[in-house]
This record gives sequence, structure tokens and C-alpha cells, in this order.
Amino acid sequence: MRIVVEHLSYTYQPRTPFAVKALDDVTLTIEEGEFFGVIGHTGSGKSTFVQHLNGLIRLPSSLKRQKKIKPKKGCLPPPPPVLKVGDFDLGDKKTDFRALRKSVGMVFQYPEYQLFAETVKEDVAFGLKNFSEGKPDPRQTEEAVREALSIVGLDYDEIADKSPFDLSGGQKRRVAIAGVIVTRPEVLVLDEPAAGLDPLGKREIMQLLHRIHGSWCKTIVIVSHDMDEIAENCTRAAVFSEGKLVCVLPPSELFRDAGRLTDLGLDIPLTAKLVLALRERGVEIDCNFRTEDFVAAVLARKGGAS
Amino acid sequence: MKDVAFGQYYPADSFVHRLDPRLKILFLIAYIVAIFVASNFYGLALCAAVLILAVALSRLPVGKVFRAVRGALILVIFTAVINLLFHSGKTVYWSCGILCISKEGILFSAYLVIRLVLLVICSSLLTYTTTPVALTDGIESLLTPLKWIRFPVHALALIMSIALRMIPTLMEETERIKNAQKARGANFESGNPLRRVKAFIPILVPLLLSAFRRADELGDAMEARCYGGKKRVKYKKLRFSWRDLLAAILAAALIAGVVLLRVYLGEIV
Ligand SMILES: Nc1ncnc2c1ncn2[C@@H]1O[C@H](COP(=O)(O)OP(=O)(O)OP(=O)(O)O)[C@@H](O)[C@H]1O
Ligand SMILES: [Mg+2]
Repeated sequence: MRIVVEHLSYTYQPRTPFAVKALDDVTLTIEEGEFFGVIGHTGSGKSTFVQHLNGLIRLPSSLKRQKKIKPKKGCLPPPPPVLKVGDFDLGDKKTDFRALRKSVGMVFQYPEYQLFAETVKEDVAFGLKNFSEGKPDPRQTEEAVREALSIVGLDYDEIADKSPFDLSGGQKRRVAIAGVIVTRPEVLVLDEPAAGLDPLGKREIMQLLHRIHGSWCKTIVIVSHDMDEIAENCTRAAVFSEGKLVCVLPPSELFRDAGRLTDLGLDIPLTAKLVLALRERGVEIDCNFRTEDFVAAVLARKGGAS
Repeated sequence: MKDVAFGQYYPADSFVHRLDPRLKILFLIAYIVAIFVASNFYGLALCAAVLILAVALSRLPVGKVFRAVRGALILVIFTAVINLLFHSGKTVYWSCGILCISKEGILFSAYLVIRLVLLVICSSLLTYTTTPVALTDGIESLLTPLKWIRFPVHALALIMSIALRMIPTLMEETERIKNAQKARGANFESGNPLRRVKAFIPILVPLLLSAFRRADELGDAMEARCYGGKKRVKYKKLRFSWRDLLAAILAAALIAGVVLLRVYLGEIV
């Protein structure tokens, strides 16, 4: 499913002294099959943006009651926002938002705080139960839960009947992710899924994302503060700053201009730092900033020199 | 969810905002006394005039003020209808069993409605123009005499300010959890009442857990910063100024005014 966003703006608590413009005229397209990164300084509107993608924050035009905002005299009314995910038009009142949420899975920041059921198995099956028409078949449900738990690297027989609150932080996180992917969404949106995990946990999360990206999950949108993660995994990344979209570029071009990112308060991946350090010593390395590619480029250069 | 009218601070820089919170609380008490002392419409008119002056000085948008009244609308209507129907009087327009509508009844319920509306506006004026922190500081300071009988005034004030501080946080948390469950297909809007109540379990359990977790963390953090040691000092000292003197004079004049009106003009009807 292709995601098309045009002129998207959003203000929290509009028309009060507390109003915050969290998104300002964002236009971008995410193609099917992408592993799309969203980066930006804290408070730049990343979470607000991704919550639009499955209709948790709705466009005004899709709400039943619309508040009419009079345009100021003398200036043109802003162009109407467009938000489309595949065939779903999120600006339309008639869109079936539950069907949309079934196709677009969303993993929130600290998803372990959404666990509530008595057993892991019930919690993971929650989404399945909600999205199925009528009573779900218990055998199929168990099969799907087993599958989802095994994707996130947990053993069904060992864990299914435990209380989710007795697990470790990392395990809780995985159970929560399993609870989202159990319905096999075509698009998966993750808001900092690896925040607060140890390096091994982070790597495992990224691996599992690649596993599902290779099969039924066509598109992944991931918000991250970790530039190595972005450089290593993403096809393209969008950079946000104070609600505005700065650029959308593949990592190979994005991290070439390190100055722009550091000006926005962002880090650059380790490989980009190494390229800069080598450049200072007069060695030019051309690579796409993935570790493997970087190593290959350095080796090629070394081979060429000697 | 975020625009609960009652008890929300509206930031602005005005005469009323700058008054000492202790004085505002005392003023509110004086005002309530004045409303109850006022026995006729002239007294109420005086009260209303003072309130209009206060609202004008506070630079609150008029819509905000009316929103507060809207919150108490059911109570106001209920009071009006009950008194209209059950208050007996000499000039009866309509009657049926024990119900009757009389001139006295109409006047009396108008009198009650005006009183109620003034009360609601005045108390919301206090919360609109005073930050929760200033409010609890003010209450704590006013309750100081109770310390002599070993009443834990400070702890009470702290509990109040933490509770007030946590309301927006918990509301934000509720919104977050609700969104997370909605993303997993939870449906809070349709179904029979039993199902709807059950639909809230996936919100309530995580919310309670997170409230306990927060309480624990806050307790630890306070202990780590040596809370509960000796005497504490205030970051913001409360201080009376010329504004407070003016407001105090106004309050005194108001009370004197309604008392005089009561003595010379008597009761309504
Ligand atoms: N529920 C809310 N009510 C009011 N303002 C909000 C709310 N949620 C976010 N904001 C504000 O909107 C802006 C964008 O917030 P958002 O959560 O989208 O940022 P973010 O890029 O996800 O940040 P982070 O990296 O810290 O998660 C911030 O200034 C924030 O203070
Ligand atoms: Mg965020």
C-alpha cells in the first residue's frame, strides 16, 4: 500500500494559549515495500505524524462534526490536506477506520505499557479478537498467537500462560509487539520500538522487522533516534524539525551532508563519522554508510593503494 | 478531553492574576458570605457588579466564564424548577395539587438562580486566574493556625498539589493507552452498556499500573532529594502588594454594602 501525504498540518489544543503546532504542511510519499525511517529532534512531530497513518489522529474532514475555521482575510486558504494509505482515503468520513487499523499496525513508544490481560496468550490475541468478524476460531487463534510469539523470538509453550506482568522489560516489549503483528498488518508503523533496550535487544528487534518485511509485511515505517539503525536498515528517511519536513532522502545521501543534521540537533551514524575522520586525513571513502558497505569501500581503497 | 472547564488555569497577565492567592481565597469566602447575606435583588445587583468588575479585570475571554456556568447548568435548572413549583405565595397564577406557580415563587427561584450563577462564576474565576501551585500554597498558608493543634497542614497541601499536578499527566496517559488499544482494534463507542464497560478494562488496568508506578517513582525521587527533612522554604514567597490592599477594600465595601441594603430594604417579596 502506497502512503500519500500532502499538506498535512496539525495543532494540539488549537485556539487556546497552549496551542502547539506539531505538524506544518508536510508532504511526502512512502512507496510500497519501503523500510521508511522518520527522524528528528525530540518534539519535532514524529509521533504526531505516524499517528495520522492509522487514523488515531483524524483529519478534520473525516470527522462527523467539523469546526469551521474562517480563513483570515487577505490570505489564501491553505491547500486541503490529503492523506491516503493504499485505497483508504483518511480524509473521507465514510472510511472504515477499523479496517484501516487492521491493515496498518501501530507499535507505540513503550508498547509494554499497553499490556492488560491475565495471560500473555490473551493479550496477544486481543487484536485478533477485535478485528475478526464474529467469534474467532480458537484453533486458528492459538496458531496465530504461536506464530506471532515465535516471530518476536518467544516460546509459546513456555510463556503463553504466564502473566505479562511477570516478564522482564524486554520480554514485555516483545509480547506487546507480538500483539500488534498477530493480525499481519500490511503496513507496520513503529514509534521507537528499540528505545530503552540493551544493544542485543535492539539488534533482535531490527532482525525481526527484517524477517517480517521480507514476507507479509510490505511496508515498515519506523521512528528512531538511533542513526546507525536508520543507516543500516532504511531505504529512505524523512527528517522533521519543529513540525516541518526538512527532507526525504536515502541514507546514502542523507548522511553525506553531516552539517545539516548536526544543525538540527541530530547525530550521524558511526560510519559517517569515520568517513569524516578519514577525509580529514586526506582519505576519501565513498559508501552508502552501511557498515558492510563501508568496510568493503575501505578494503577496496586499501587494496587499491597497496 | 483536555478542555474540562472547571479547575483549569487560564494564563494571562492581569490585575486578578497577580493578586496574592491567599487574598483571592479570602475574597472568595467574603464573596460567598456576601451572596448569602444579600436578601434582595439590590444586594445581588451589587454582588453582580463587583463580579463583573472582577471578570473584566481578569481579562478572561467571556466564553470561558460561560463555559463554567454551562458545567453547572443542570443544577441551576433543577433548582429553578423545584422552587418554581413548590414555593407557595399569595399571588397564585396556576396550581395543581401541591404544585403551584406564584409570583413569589418566580421571584424566589430567580433569586436562587442568580445566587448560584454568581457562586459558580466566582469560584471558577479563582481557579482560572490562580495556578494550582499558588492555590495550594495559599491554602497551606491560610491553614497555618491548624498547625498548633498538630494538624499536618503541610502534608495535606502536598497531597493536594501532587493530585492536581497528576491530573493532566493521567489524562495524557489515558489518551496514550486508549490510542494504543484502538490501534489493536478496540472499540469504545458501540455495543451494549455491559460491553462498553468491559471495553474499558484494557485501559483501566494499564492506567492503574502506571499510576502506581508513577507514585512509587515520585516517592523514591522525593526521598532521594531528602524530602521529609527539617524545615522547608518556599521557592515563591507570597507577598501582599497594593493590588491586594485594593481588593481587600473592595471586599470590605461589598460586605458593608450588602449588609446595609439588607437592613434598609429588607427581604425580597
Ligand atoms: N497530547 C498533546 N497535547 C499537547 N501537545 C502535544 C501533545 N502531544 C504532543 N504535543 C506537542 O507536539 C509537539 C510534537 O510532539 P511529538 O510527540 O509528535 O514529538 P516527537 O517528535 O515524537 O518527539 P519524541 O522524539 O520526544 O517522541 C511537541 O512540541 C509536543 O509538546
Ligand atoms: Mg515521539
